[in-house]
Amino acid sequence: MLDYLLTEEQIMVRDLAKKIAQEKVKPVRAELDEKEEFPWDLMKIFAEADLCGLWIPEKYGGFGQSVLAFCLATEEISRVCGGVGVTFAATALGGTPILLFGSDEQKQKYLPDLASGKKLAAFGLTEANAGSDAGGIETTATKNGDYYILNGTKQWITNGGEAETYSVIAMTDKSKGPRGASAFIVEKGTPGFSFAKKEKKMGIRCSATRELVFQDCKVHKSQLLGKEGMGFIVAMRTLDLTRPGIGAQAVGIAQGALDEAIKYAKQRVQFGKPILSIQVIQHMLADMATQIEASRALVYAVAKAVDAGGKDFTKEASMAKLIASDTAMFVTTQAVQILAGYGYMREYPVEKMMRDAKITQIYEGTNQIQRNQIGLALVKESAKS
Amino acid sequence: MEIVVCIKQVPDTTEVRINPETNTLIREGVPSIVNPFDENAVEEALRLREKHGGKVTVITMGPPQATEALKQTIAMGADEVFLISDRAFAGSDTWATSYTLASAIKKLVKYDIILCGKQAIDGDTAQVGPGIAEWLGIPQVTFAVKIEVDGNKAKVERLLEEVNEIVEIPTPCMITVVKQINEPRPPSLKGMMRAKKAEIKTLSAVDIEADQNITGLKGSPTRVVKIFAPPQKGGGEMLSGSTDEMVSALVSKLRERKIF
Amino acid sequence: MDLRKNPNEAAAWKGIWIFAEQREGTVQNVAYELLSEAKKLAQDLNCEVAAVLAGDEAIEGQVSSLFEYGADKVYLITNKELKDYRTAPYASAITDLVNKYKPEIFLIGASTLGRDLAARIAVRINCGLTADCTALSIDPVKKILQQTRPAFGGNIMATIISPNHRPQMATVRPKVFRKSKIQNPKSKKENTIIFTPTINQNDLLVKIVDVIKDESVKVNLAEAEIVVSGGRGIQDPKNFKMIEELAQAVGGAVGASRATVDAGWISAHHQVGQTGKTVAPKLYIACGIAGKIQHLVGMQGADTIVAINKDPDAPIFKLATYGIVGDCLEVVPALTRKIKEVRG
Repeated sequence: MLDYLLTEEQIMVRDLAKKIAQEKVKPVRAELDEKEEFPWDLMKIFAEADLCGLWIPEKYGGFGQSVLAFCLATEEISRVCGGVGVTFAATALGGTPILLFGSDEQKQKYLPDLASGKKLAAFGLTEANAGSDAGGIETTATKNGDYYILNGTKQWITNGGEAETYSVIAMTDKSKGPRGASAFIVEKGTPGFSFAKKEKKMGIRCSATRELVFQDCKVHKSQLLGKEGMGFIVAMRTLDLTRPGIGAQAVGIAQGALDEAIKYAKQRVQFGKPILSIQVIQHMLADMATQIEASRALVYAVAKAVDAGGKDFTKEASMAKLIASDTAMFVTTQAVQILAGYGYMREYPVEKMMRDAKITQIYEGTNQIQRNQIGLALVKESAKS
Repeated sequence: MEIVVCIKQVPDTTEVRINPETNTLIREGVPSIVNPFDENAVEEALRLREKHGGKVTVITMGPPQATEALKQTIAMGADEVFLISDRAFAGSDTWATSYTLASAIKKLVKYDIILCGKQAIDGDTAQVGPGIAEWLGIPQVTFAVKIEVDGNKAKVERLLEEVNEIVEIPTPCMITVVKQINEPRPPSLKGMMRAKKAEIKTLSAVDIEADQNITGLKGSPTRVVKIFAPPQKGGGEMLSGSTDEMVSALVSKLRERKIF
Repeated sequence: MDLRKNPNEAAAWKGIWIFAEQREGTVQNVAYELLSEAKKLAQDLNCEVAAVLAGDEAIEGQVSSLFEYGADKVYLITNKELKDYRTAPYASAITDLVNKYKPEIFLIGASTLGRDLAARIAVRINCGLTADCTALSIDPVKKILQQTRPAFGGNIMATIISPNHRPQMATVRPKVFRKSKIQNPKSKKENTIIFTPTINQNDLLVKIVDVIKDESVKVNLAEAEIVVSGGRGIQDPKNFKMIEELAQAVGGAVGASRATVDAGWISAHHQVGQTGKTVAPKLYIACGIAGKIQHLVGMQGADTIVAINKDPDAPIFKLATYGIVGDCLEVVPALTRKIKEVRG
């Protein structure tokens, strides 16, 4: 294993997440996938192990506030189950707007419960007509005295219905276009805020994906994050910061698939020898392992840069998410191929890993959007020189 | 509530092998772990503390590396730990071990409940827990699968061969637990940090005022005279053919043996 | 007693005692197994064999059976407080008995009851106790008991002695020795010694509040002649139904591997193995069980072992009398069908 020069604390986090993933997640992952059951028991175990607050400063009950530590935990959990991994990671997505743009009061109110794992969070941006074109959101937040009235529906929200704390982007002033959106913290149970339709998905089936429905939902102005008009800035900065986490999830899924492929190839005897000794298989594994390591190295590098206080990492964060998710899809598909007939059977874990991997190329900005971002950044950089 | 847990650091016996030629244990590469039943005991102690308040103290008698096992219990949430370690304890059988642990408990802690795992997976005797209770003159309950405490009484459900028995026992008392009692929690990060920083007190025979005629090999009534590999039973017959063919062949062979 | 402190005492300790465990007023088979083994050991020591039986007054009815299996003497301890086993009153009464009549060897069955009791007595009396023995013999020179038992999860066997302490105590694994009646049992009237125990109030602090029977246990596993066991290879907890059907078809009991019990597929009362029960039936059918040593030590005493497993390299095949490589889900129902067909 390559030494990424992790600190003792980071190693502790990684080893603990790995232990819990092996001992507690592995025995139930197939059943959770089969039944599409939300992994509450596992979230409780992560909470008791102090893993939920890795991205939150100590001041608010967190542990270490390290994007890299968060990535390490997400990677180890996803290595065993991508669905549990995203459930674990999505709270960071939902809570990061508060971390970045919340007032001290708002942070005090919401972050400690997220850090302790008492509550989960979710991020509400996507709508039926606004995916990649996030600017096209139609959910409105109309100011009325001390309140904003929210109307509209968010779609495909991870942890939707299970989380207590929601960061929601809505239009406060349509006339201003992209500068007319604002970000709000909305609590589950607020009158006018309900959930619809739990989605049936190809993969990450234990993760709860629901519509958020706002019908004249009254939200107090103290729930506004930052200022009116900052909505998309909140969203973009949040996604920048959480992209390494999704990269880590993808690296984890890929590593899990590689582990299974090697384990299988070692004991599968055909033509008188284990298939691991056949060059064709070795080349497949070599390509898989190389892509994983490259993805991992980039994810860790971006995470370290963020932890070190780096300000300019948007392009590289997109790259990390892009390469890691494409790698996850590639590796899991190859893993199924190596297990061949057995790989196709639900009795073996790799078909699930392939189903789980696909979404990493889609959410948190499709890989096409990632390429857009990287391309535009290159253009911008070239204009300077 | 003052709860004391006695643990043992053991080799992971699922990995231990014996060298059939030398009849010695092959311990290289075999990880040392907290005896699994003792993990259940620590977990139960933590649950009792969560319910009733109080303190969980963990004690072990062992060589210096047993501090690793104690640190794992700190990472789970134990409040205080002690290592009882001394040359004088080497070679102890269960009689001497239970005496040593009882001496330590007498010297170091007040207790309402002493919890032990049912048995150690290396010694497999299940004798130390009751031995401690006898040395301390307190009542015992073994094979607990559920413990409820109310004031100075405990209601304990025991896992026996065919039935479960529910008993009431006054505190202070000693209870040994079986695996089915709970799922031990993984360590927490904060616990691991505490464990890392912890300085573990090591106590000698003199520190616990143990009579060195009763400890160690000298004090042990039993002595191991031989260790050998378990006999390998001979191989048998592998049946072949279709499922129906194999099943028919099996049934006729069993009938030949007059089994039914 | 420590003979090193009382060297003149050595000769006073004579005879082999066995503890006649009783539950609900019936002496357990392990007691008869111990009697039969004790008789053999007694020949090498040229001494007597006695059984210790404790209970309430009704237990007297069980005394003759102990003579039938070879007891030369029976020590009978009766008191209403001893009707059902509790550690403290039993430990006190038996310790007093031991100190009065001084046996050189005292064997107790390694049941939950026996192991609970023996561990307490041994410390009180200051003698050596070896747990869970599977073989016993007398050292021809030193005339002491050699006690052999598994350790390290069954990975090794250890032989242990207690040279300087009396009595030499051991708990003995049930179903390891075979019980057999003797030709001319001693007369009950002349050879039963009544011992009146002193009951201390301090010994009565533990109360038995309830006994819960396990509904899933239909046939007593430890005593069954045929055992059908399920392991992880049966793939799903509901497939224990298939195991139960086969067990019913052969008139046997259902056993289980530790893995299935840990996974919650079946109750712990069915667990066979180092930390579960030991069985020694005429026939043991292992379905989907890999055969780790911790399981094998619980069933290797079976006369005939049948193993059904998908994996041809499963260690259980090394032990099995008959092995079938195949999917349990197919083979087990086929076997059940065939047996029903043949038995009519």
